[in-house]
Formats: sequence, structure tokens, C-alpha cells
Amino acid sequence: MSTFRSVLKNTHYITAALLMGTALLASAQENETTVTAVMHSGLRVLDPVITTAHITRDHGYMIYDVLTAVDDKFAPQPQMASWEISEDGLSYTFTLRDGLMFHDGAPVTGADVVASLKRWGKKDSGGQLIFDVTESLESTDEKTVVWRLSKQFGPLLDVISKQSAVPPFIMPARVAETSADETITEYVGSGPFVFNESEYKPGVNVTYEKFDDYVPRSEPASWMAGGKVVNVDKVIWTTMPDALTALNALSAGEIDYLEQVQIDLMPIVGGNPDVIVEKRDELGYVTIGRPNHLLPPFDNKLIRQAAMAALDQESMLATMQGDPEYYNVCGAIFGCSTPLGDEAGSEVLTSGANVDTAKALLKEAGYDGTPIVLMAPTDVISLINQPVVAAQALREAGFEVDMQSMDWQSVVQRRAQQQPVSEGGWNLFFTNWIVPEVSDPLINVMANGRGDEAWFGWPTDPEIEKLRADFVAAGDMAAQKEVALEIQEHVMDNVNYIMMGEYIIPQARRTTIQNMLPSPVPVFWNMTKEDE
Amino acid sequence: MFLYILKRVLATIPVMIIVAIFVFLLLRLTPGDPAAILAGDAATPAQLERIRDGLGLNDPLITQFMTWMNQLLHGDLGTSLLSNTPVAGMVAERLGPTINIALMTITISVLLAVPMGVIAAWRHRTWIDFLVMSFSVLGFSVPVFVIGYILIQIFAIELRWVPVQGYKDPSDGFGAFFSRALLPSLTLATIYIALIARMTRASMLEVLGEDYIRTARAKGVRENVVLFRHALRNAAVPILTIIGTGFALLISGVVVTESVFNIPGIGRLTVDAILARDYPVIQAMILLTAGIYVFVNLLVDISYSFFDPRIRY
Repeated sequence: MSTFRSVLKNTHYITAALLMGTALLASAQENETTVTAVMHSGLRVLDPVITTAHITRDHGYMIYDVLTAVDDKFAPQPQMASWEISEDGLSYTFTLRDGLMFHDGAPVTGADVVASLKRWGKKDSGGQLIFDVTESLESTDEKTVVWRLSKQFGPLLDVISKQSAVPPFIMPARVAETSADETITEYVGSGPFVFNESEYKPGVNVTYEKFDDYVPRSEPASWMAGGKVVNVDKVIWTTMPDALTALNALSAGEIDYLEQVQIDLMPIVGGNPDVIVEKRDELGYVTIGRPNHLLPPFDNKLIRQAAMAALDQESMLATMQGDPEYYNVCGAIFGCSTPLGDEAGSEVLTSGANVDTAKALLKEAGYDGTPIVLMAPTDVISLINQPVVAAQALREAGFEVDMQSMDWQSVVQRRAQQQPVSEGGWNLFFTNWIVPEVSDPLINVMANGRGDEAWFGWPTDPEIEKLRADFVAAGDMAAQKEVALEIQEHVMDNVNYIMMGEYIIPQARRTTIQNMLPSPVPVFWNMTKEDE
Repeated sequence: MFLYILKRVLATIPVMIIVAIFVFLLLRLTPGDPAAILAGDAATPAQLERIRDGLGLNDPLITQFMTWMNQLLHGDLGTSLLSNTPVAGMVAERLGPTINIALMTITISVLLAVPMGVIAAWRHRTWIDFLVMSFSVLGFSVPVFVIGYILIQIFAIELRWVPVQGYKDPSDGFGAFFSRALLPSLTLATIYIALIARMTRASMLEVLGEDYIRTARAKGVRENVVLFRHALRNAAVPILTIIGTGFALLISGVVVTESVFNIPGIGRLTVDAILARDYPVIQAMILLTAGIYVFVNLLVDISYSFFDPRIRY
């Protein structure tokens, strides 16, 4: 035993010596402030226009800036540019502010803005609608861009300021001239951080350095708007596939910030005085079910209504999240905390399962027992439980359910199949969105009713398309709200998709990280880091 | 010997071609769409179709295969569909951590397991033998991630001797490398110690009953020389096979350990690529793995002749 102790003691000394050596090496390096963050996934795609992946959007906000941006009231604010709207509402003039510069030292010009907006407009659904009524978009001088419309487009500023999957980031014109279906290969922005390409390892880590020449706005920062003041020298995003390892690393001080904490693992850091777990993004996520409107039985509105009546938000959310502090029963298709959020007509969803109603609707519809193919992903933790809970509820209401387990990749491939179920089609699947992505009818892809051109599930719904056109034409917020309410009621009646409630994923940071802004997108400006 | 090596190397060519064809076809038959991963959840079917066109995924299979083979013949492993970076660079970057951890694991395993197996055989059916065999059963039975978490809890969280996770290259300083590589290597070594110790014991037990061992002992040769020079050398062939296979297994990807200790190795690269259906990366990884097995088996075969003079090529 004494030999064992002696070995252990010596090991201790050897390890200490090695660690001291490492520490000395580290201290010899420049004393810079580095924030190490574990994000929700690894960064693999660097083009924020070609993809709607959240991690790429987050990367975009680090290195690019936007013309205008929403604040925490969802209100558009000047960011790179201020604007003026002509009296007839058909002409928007944007004036770039002084001091805007790309990371390669070139000034940001109107030509860069025009090229960037045009590329974005080919990809973004809201952008496509604006370009449908665009007469011209041109740079009249180095600092001025004029956008002329053939028809009024009330929510133009909301769409270009939105915080959602594909924001209109401003890139140098030579980069933005890349086809919208090809990925860019040069990552030069004018945002508060510079992308360090030499240290980038796809899916492993990515390094951003403070852009010393960035001139922040003078207003206080709020969401994606206001003064983006950078107080740290470097930010490293590192990928940790194992949730427990990430929490252990946070506890041990090896990382500073964890974007998503698994609720069942929270007790591990619960008693640690050096770690703060918090709900930084109060808006959170929605989980939804999408029926396939092309195939029986969900080509029948009554059967879609029966399915909605059979489902129960509370049990679905409780199974997903466990702790009621992190979910919210909510029937508003645009989210309960958004300006357009309204729960009208959603009692069927929020008041629990209505098995009798579902049975009556199935009888009225003459449901013939056609099995519903419910796609159930097994490899995405936030999507594993919904199909299981739904299958049980639907069976109780009298549906024949064929729940098929597959990986998420198989779901995304199969959901694109429009053929009958016997030839690889499907009837129902579940997915999640962040609330800003569903917060208005132009952004929310599930509110599109253009049949084959719509999102998977392909509802042909002229009524919702008419309402969306009304929303575009609505002059002010009050009028927009009125139309949004009509859309809410229509979606509840027609069951374009099934809103299954809201949930929040907590975040965690070391106490040394202070002044982090609350925002749906994790932002690294404004924050400070103190010494341990 | 040279002719034997040449023959073995040439024999790998048809093997690799068959593996390449098989992998290519299998991947195309597997459901999944790299364009969907690239474009994200909100992309419409029309957008996906345009991206597929751009990536060449709508080309006929034979065209895609010929393009890939042409790239391979020019020493080009292609470009990742997702990150748009050369696959060769990605693989090279991830191979370093995996090889270094594998070398450390095998070194620890051999240094501990071979003496353990020899002693267990020497003291057959005593408490030492029982102890070694118990450890072997434990090493096989407990999943690696459990061992990993236990080691992290004790040595990284409680004692704070080493970091919880991460990887540093030896070029960043041996201390930095060693402190991060120690726990994953120990975790993986538990399996390989068990495996090698059992094989050494079994092989040694067979040899220790041979006449020439009895003769050596009767001539008064020291026991440690009998054990480690006479017996172990003759028992080496199956032990070398296990070490070689173990090393190949370690290099071809120890996904769980790489995840638990956050090591950017090729195991994680392969799994990430499979989940994203990043075809060029998966194809390269499977070819590389096949190549590693062929190479390691060749090395093991050659090493047989050094330990057993009866083996001649």
C-alpha cells in the first residue's frame, strides 16, 4: 500500500510539474481575453445565404453587419444605414453611416449593399416577395441605395431587419455576386469580429478576433441592433458532441459559455457557485406537427381537425422538457410573446386532448382506417419524443398509426417525397423552430399555401395566400395585427400545421462572463470577461 | 521478403477498388440528402433541387463514380459537400490526434498487459492469476464511456490533475499533450489491457508446457529469462496479432472516447460525415480505414518472422 501511495504521490508531482510547464507556456503568450463557447452545433457551412442552419446565421452575425436590425421590441432600427420612405411608400432611400469598413480595409459602398441584397433576395422567402414588387434597386452614390417598388410593401423594413434564418448580411460586391445556389469561398464582412480562416476546423472549432476598426453605433445594444461594442480580444466556438463533457468543462473553467444545457443534466452545475444557468433567450422555440395535405387521410380537412383535437400540448411538452419552468402551453401560431401572437381559436389545442371531438370528426369524415405514416427521428434529441406521444394520442382517438423510426436525414429526404405512402410518401412529422422564425406570415414557411411551391406538406390554400397578400398591403402595425389574427384563425380551422407549444433551452456561463445581452441569437458583443 | 511485401502491396489494389465501388453504391442507396443538410430546414423543394444540381448529385451514378475515381487517381480525395474544404486536409488534420492517442493507448496497454499475462500464466491458478483475469473481465464488461466519466470525475473534477477535455498536439508542448491525452488513453487501455493480457496468458500457458522450457529450466536458466526470452518469444505470434488489430481498430475510430474527451479525431469526423451524408468525406474515411487495416496486417505479418524464425516468406 505504501508503494501505491508513493507512486500516487510521485504521479501527483509529475502531473503538477507538467501542468506548471503548460501554465508557464501559456502565460508567456500575450495576455489576451479569450471567450470560449460551446455552441449548439459545429459550424460547417460558412455561407449564411445558402443555408438556414442556425449556427451559420450565428456565424453571420459575428462577422457581417446588416443594413437595419430588429431590437428587443421587434422594431426595425438603423444599423449600417438610416432610411427615408417616400410619401407614396414606393421608394426607400438608405444612407450608409460613416466609418463602415470591410475586414480587408475596403470601405462599404452602396454597390456592396445592392449586390448583397440581390443575392439574399433569391434565397429568402420574404426577400423573394419584396423582389416580386421591386422596380429597381440601385446605388446612386457611394453611400446611398434607393429601392423602388411597383407596389407598396408595408413590412419591407421588418423583412430586411428580421432576425431569422437568412438575414440580409452585407458582403463585398465581388463575393455577393456569387450565384445564390453556390457557396461563397471568401468570408470578408464588416461586422464586429473577423473570421480567422487559418484556425478554422469544420465541425471542431472556429476563431473570431475583434475587428479593431469596427465603429459601433452610439445607441445601447438591443438584440441585433444598437452599438455592438466588443470588449474581448477573441472568441472561440468549440464543438463538444457530449453534453456531459461540456458541462464538466464549464464547471472546471475550461470553457466560459454553454449555449444549450440539457435540462436533465442541470443538477450537475446546480450547486456550482462559479456557474450561472439562465433563460437568456426568453422567446425560445416552438414545436409543430406538419400533416401532408396531398395524401389521404390528411387531404381531408375534417381528419386534420380530428388529429389536432386528439393531440395535447401539455403532455407533449412535459415529455420533451420535463420541467414546467422550461415550457409553455401556447396556441398562437406566431408565438405567444411576439407582436403578432394571438391564441384565437386555439382552445382545441391548449385545453388538452379532446378524444370525443376527434372521434366525432373522424366519423363525420368517414375515416376508413387508412394508416397514418408518422416519421419518427431517432437521432435528434429535441425531436425524439413528439412522435411517440402523438402516436399514442392519435391511436386513442381511433387513428391507425404506422410510426416509422428513422434517422433525421431519412426524415428530411422522405418528407420531400410527394408520392403515395406505398411509394415512399408520408403523412405526418414533427419539427422545431425558434420563435422569430415563425413570428410573422412572411417569415413562417408553414404559412405558405402555394401547393407544390410551399414547404413540405404542400397545402394548396388560396385563402391563406390572399391573407398573406393582405398582410403585405397592410399599412401599419394595427392593420398587420388584424390580418395576422385572421391567418391564425384560418390556420386553426384548416390545420395547415399543428402548433404544439413553446419551450425554452437554458444557457450557462461562468460568473466571470458579464454583461451578456439577452437575445434569440447568442451575441458576443457587449460582454466582458473578468479574470478567474 | 521484398518480393513478399511487394506482392502484398499489389494485392491491396483490387481490394481497395472493390471497397471503393461497394462504398460508393452503398452510400447512394442509403436514404439522406446532403443538400438538405447544406440548405437547412426551411429550404423549399425547389431550392434543394437547385443545390443538388450545383453539387452534381443529380448526375447519373456512373458519372458521379467516374468523377470520383478520376479524382482519386490524381490523388485528390475531393471536397466536402458541406464545408467546401478539401477532404485530404480535413482527414490529415484529424488523423494526428487519433494516431497519437492510439500510440499512447497501445504503449500503455502493452507495457502493462504483457507482463500481467506472463505473470498470470507463470502463477497459474493462484490469486495473482485470479486478479489479472478479474481485471480482464472488468475491462471487457464496463463500457468505455463509463470508465471515461469515472476517470474524469476523479482526476479532472475532484483532484484537478488534468483537464476534463480537449486535445493539444505534441508540438504545442509535451506537458499540454500528455495532460490531455492521459485520460482518454487510460480509458481505451482498459479494454486493450484486458484483451492483450488474456491473449498473453493463454499463449504463454501453451508454451510453458513445452519440452524446451522444461529443458531450459533443467539447465538452470534464470526464470525471468525463461519467461521473457524463451517462452514469450514463442508465444508472441497471437499477441502481435491482437496488438496489430487493436491498433487498427483504435485508428479507424474510437468515436465514444473521442466524444467523451472532446478529441477532434477521425472517429468523430466519420460519424459527423455519415450523419450529414457528406459523401466525399465518408468515402475517403472508409478507404483510409481499409488501407490502415491492410497496412497494419502487413506489418504484423512481417513482424512474425522476427519472433518466430520458422516463419519464412
